[in-house]
Amino acid sequence: MALPQAKQTATDERLATLNMPDAGCTRKAREAALARVCEMGLPGRRDEYWKYTQPDTLVSADAPFAALFHNDEPPMFDEFDRLKIVFIDGVFSPEDSDELAMDGVSIDRLEDICCKDIHWAKELYGVLEANGQNPVQRPLAALNTAFASDGVAIHVTGKPAKPISLIYRHASETSDAILHHVVRVESGAEVTILENGPAASRFNKCMEIDIADGGTLHHIRAQGRDHQRRAATHMFTRMGTESVYKSFTLTVNGVLTRNEQVVELTGDDAVAHVAGACVGDGEFHHDDTVFVTHDAVNCESRQVFKKVLRNGATGVFQGKILVKEGAQKTDGYQISQSLLLDEDSQFLAKPELEIYADDVACSHGSTSGAIDETALFYLRSRGVSVREATNMLTLAFLAEAVQEVEDEALAEVIVTRLQDWLARRR
Amino acid sequence: MLDIKNLHVKLEEEDKQILKGVDLTVEAGKVHAIMGPNGSGKSTLSYVLSGRDGYEVTDGTATLNGEDLLEMEPEERAAAGVFLAFQYPVEIPGVGNMTFLRTAVNAQRKARGQDELSAADFLKEVRAKAKALKIDADMLKRPVNVGFSGGEKKRNEILQMAMLEPKMCILDETDSGLDVDAMKLVSEGVNALRDEGRGFLVITHYQRLLDHIKPDVVHIMADGRIVKSGGPELALEVEHNGYADILAEVN
Repeated sequence: MALPQAKQTATDERLATLNMPDAGCTRKAREAALARVCEMGLPGRRDEYWKYTQPDTLVSADAPFAALFHNDEPPMFDEFDRLKIVFIDGVFSPEDSDELAMDGVSIDRLEDICCKDIHWAKELYGVLEANGQNPVQRPLAALNTAFASDGVAIHVTGKPAKPISLIYRHASETSDAILHHVVRVESGAEVTILENGPAASRFNKCMEIDIADGGTLHHIRAQGRDHQRRAATHMFTRMGTESVYKSFTLTVNGVLTRNEQVVELTGDDAVAHVAGACVGDGEFHHDDTVFVTHDAVNCESRQVFKKVLRNGATGVFQGKILVKEGAQKTDGYQISQSLLLDEDSQFLAKPELEIYADDVACSHGSTSGAIDETALFYLRSRGVSVREATNMLTLAFLAEAVQEVEDEALAEVIVTRLQDWLARRR
Repeated sequence: MLDIKNLHVKLEEEDKQILKGVDLTVEAGKVHAIMGPNGSGKSTLSYVLSGRDGYEVTDGTATLNGEDLLEMEPEERAAAGVFLAFQYPVEIPGVGNMTFLRTAVNAQRKARGQDELSAADFLKEVRAKAKALKIDADMLKRPVNVGFSGGEKKRNEILQMAMLEPKMCILDETDSGLDVDAMKLVSEGVNALRDEGRGFLVITHYQRLLDHIKPDVVHIMADGRIVKSGGPELALEVEHNGYADILAEVN
């Protein structure tokens, strides 16, 4: 079927700016992804899945200008001993990175997976993304698979002593970065992956994660504090029996961020938690789009998303739990809440459950509200200033999401950052 | 110390006059009790003194040691020495009790130009005071008032009072929801704070709290005014005869 003219034009214009890297063994996957993009077209304003988020600047031919953000605070996770992998405007920087070697894990650049004949990575590249196109289309992810210019393949075979830290630096005001990572966590292996940094003026990032039976992946991401950056990210996670996936994202500022999480529980007794805390001020648009599919017995999934919005900021949550036929004893939970600090801000939520099994427990809730005046007065009556009391209540509101971070030291860093950011405002 | 003159207050939303000319002076070192039937304006008086939104002062004044309370924000009143023990202490999920206490203590110290308490000094002090009120370590760690029983909430109010060392303590029906043992514990906490420099305004429905916290003066409030004042014997009179006789006598 032919695409609507506007979508066709936008897609053609965007594709004209891109060159498929000379990608060897991933060529087939990339060409298939390009065919998907051509068939679907890039997201447009009229697409149902983009009803609350204008995709224009994410699909435009060139990346919109984004000023570099100068910041006197140390980069996130700086105090942690970790294996650093640095990308500057979407290009791997060996000088800034640690040696890509650690016990229990092997890490390679995407461009090396062919010459090194890394089977699992060749077989995973583009596969989870392609699966994730059904039942909802995600053209920006397909675009990523087709044109990603860099990325890493992380193979976790043991329990590495340190987290793997992907650091994305922004150096050019018009950079347009497309990164694609593939991750395979073997049976019984466990790893923590950190991500932080603004990455580029416009960032399209895709991560495909395959967790084998009994494998565990912790993912903690910080996006902030740049005001002008734009990002569309996708994480596709396929989970085996008794595997665990826990992902938490902290977002502060950014003119447009769309984070999609597509999780498929394919083995029994698996546990998936995806959570996010975001603080937006002014010209800020943040979209969490989550799709969790239960396709096995006795799995647990949790979605916990909290947004604090002020000065006209917009928050979006589209979250779905799909329980397939036969996925009995599913325990699904989804909560999305916003704290609106003024009347100019808005929160748009679309929580969905679709259940085809009869022995499941699924709950979902979505709220938006203002600061609790009674609690505010209580704190003030004890001598706490309005501002400090508001900050305390704001942090308390975000706490349920931050509690999803299991590592206490990491959780503490996140809380400290939130406190700092709240104290400074913009 | 606390001087209230001809205080008239109405509810902003309902345009309803609640206080219709309250005159009251609480001297330092004294305990004044206010009793009165439901709807007489007792709780309104406590909220207006502590600065809660939703009330409009249409006439009169309220000062603490000469400072105009009505012009101040709630946190400024707290720093000036006003403390309200709430009838219904507020639950605040996500804020640890200890964090809350430390923030409050240090905010007030800062407002008064004092140095913040060190973490160690604070901990030492809070532990000693909590112990006297039979508040265990777990209660200090939990979120403010969340999952606390009625008695625990009221003991927590008294702990805050003990930590903040206010000049003017207002207790709004602190006895409600307390069993006999809890009432005794709370009263002991209050009595421990009685000293020459501190005034108390104890709002209650029942005389029995006043068996434990002995008042110097008892006021009867009805329809937005203090209609009768006397010694502790006035509370006993109410206990035996109810308010009807007193109100009939006044009218």
